[in-house]
Amino acid sequence: MNSLLNLIVNGLATGMLVFLLAAGLTLIFGLMSVLNFAHGGLFAWGAYGGVWLYGLTGSFAAALAGAVVIGMLLGWVMERVVIRPVYGNHVQQILVTLGAMLVLSELLKVVFTPNPLKAETPAWLSGSWDAGGVILIKYRLFIILVGALVYIGLTLLLRRTRIGLIVRAGVANPDMVQALGINIRLVFTLVFMFGAGLAAFGGALLAPYSGVVFSEMGMQFAILAFIVVVIGGMGSIQGSALASLLVGLSGALMAYYVPDLSLAANMLLMVLVLLVRPSGLFGAKGGGA
Amino acid sequence: MTLLKLESVETHISQYHILQGVTMDIQAGEVTVLLGRNGAGKTTTLRTIMGLNAASGGRILFKGEPVEKLPAYQIARRGIGYVPEDQGIFADLTVDETLRIAMKRGDPAARERLSWMLELFPDLAAFRERKSGLLSGGQKQMLAIARAYVGNSELLLIDEPSKGLAPIMVRKLVEALRLMRERTTVLLVEQNFMMAQAIGDAFYLMDEGRIVSGGSMAALNEDHELRRKYLGIA
Ligand SMILES: Nc1ncnc2c1ncn2[C@@H]1O[C@H](COP(=O)(O)OP(=O)(O)O)[C@@H](O)[C@H]1O
Ligand SMILES: [Mg+2]
Repeated sequence: MNSLLNLIVNGLATGMLVFLLAAGLTLIFGLMSVLNFAHGGLFAWGAYGGVWLYGLTGSFAAALAGAVVIGMLLGWVMERVVIRPVYGNHVQQILVTLGAMLVLSELLKVVFTPNPLKAETPAWLSGSWDAGGVILIKYRLFIILVGALVYIGLTLLLRRTRIGLIVRAGVANPDMVQALGINIRLVFTLVFMFGAGLAAFGGALLAPYSGVVFSEMGMQFAILAFIVVVIGGMGSIQGSALASLLVGLSGALMAYYVPDLSLAANMLLMVLVLLVRPSGLFGAKGGGA
Repeated sequence: MTLLKLESVETHISQYHILQGVTMDIQAGEVTVLLGRNGAGKTTTLRTIMGLNAASGGRILFKGEPVEKLPAYQIARRGIGYVPEDQGIFADLTVDETLRIAMKRGDPAARERLSWMLELFPDLAAFRERKSGLLSGGQKQMLAIARAYVGNSELLLIDEPSKGLAPIMVRKLVEALRLMRERTTVLLVEQNFMMAQAIGDAFYLMDEGRIVSGGSMAALNEDHELRRKYLGIA
């Protein structure tokens, strides 16, 4: 019982971190039709930035906020320099964003250190709770809570605000959004920055969880996030949230019960979903929230 | 008064030369019908005016000012509204949400235009909370027209609104467009000749990316030769 509950908590925590990456990816793909393979690089930058800022300020909240700012700034530069010239061309997008991924990862070594960095958990989030014989690690619960809050916030943003409506309309038909007098390029930039900020936030959250950060750490999560975007349906936040939890849980449970299959499990999940619903759980276009 | 003027407009889509010198004048307060068979370049003409396809040559003057170099959103802000051929519905948004993002902020007249649209298309008023993707074909068309109009459009570009609609819906649409003609100017692409006749003041006829004829709707009604040659009707 104890171990099963802990597996579920681990799975949900991983799922939430994947969700923070997938949310940006799915919006960027749904709205701009851009495949961003550099998303994992932004995640790693968030992790390094968070560790660095935590060391500097001693405040974990400031470290998380600072990581988001770093991610958004990098996203802004990336959209202008790397993505803009290749709108509409998927092959070029794959090439330039893979290139950007390598650059981001190498730059980390130059700016910070070539060696892995140790990441501390803030005191108030260290340790665990003993809930009637079940040991629950505080930091994992914290990740789940924060992930759930981000999901709720994003959903409200997309449903209730004008910019959210514009993003959802743009997922369905970007030309028509422009024909309403809305500068879609500006919306693209904002969404890209926002997605980058979320990815960096995910990285900063992961750091204390894994205890160490290194420049290639984004890769594994980025792959999971791509699987999630496909399972959830391109452009759908709801789909990504559900798929992230599925992927996180199946990863944790498989790793424990059938370790040999744990890598294949998520691929299998994706294949199964695609067989039943080729456009993902929440449809292809038109599912912005 | 000429509201919109196209002078030898050319458009390339990738390597294809689609519009090969389109020249026309749209008079304010009129419905001008753009006719021509499938593939003639009608949709491309509207998209080029709207800035969704780039003009590779010629000039487009709206209220006397060149707009052919502007991005689409700025052309829209100057007062041109677009109702695309496939309606371009935001399937996941409700009717209300769609109309809300279409209304420019800080435009006091927008409310008034909205209430007139809801009066003209009572179905939209009845289904304000419904997701646009769940509307009938006719209702989607109404929504697409209302979305273009509430954003303060002095000129509406409407692409084949009757396509795929039942005859009774087409009649409703004709009625609505007749009333809208009192308040705005329309450039209408229409294959349904009955509809074109019912609301058109003037016409242009396109073939293979060029304007081959134009004049008053009354003149077209007399010209059986032209109608047979390009429209397949006597
Ligand atoms: N995206 C495109 N790529 C290549 N050719 C196109 C594209 N869009 C339109 N065309 C071609 O341009 C011509 C005019 O198309 P269109 O403007 O849609 O005609 P219409 O609306 O009069 O039926 C057609 O021959 C069509 O095949
Ligand atoms: Mg057409």
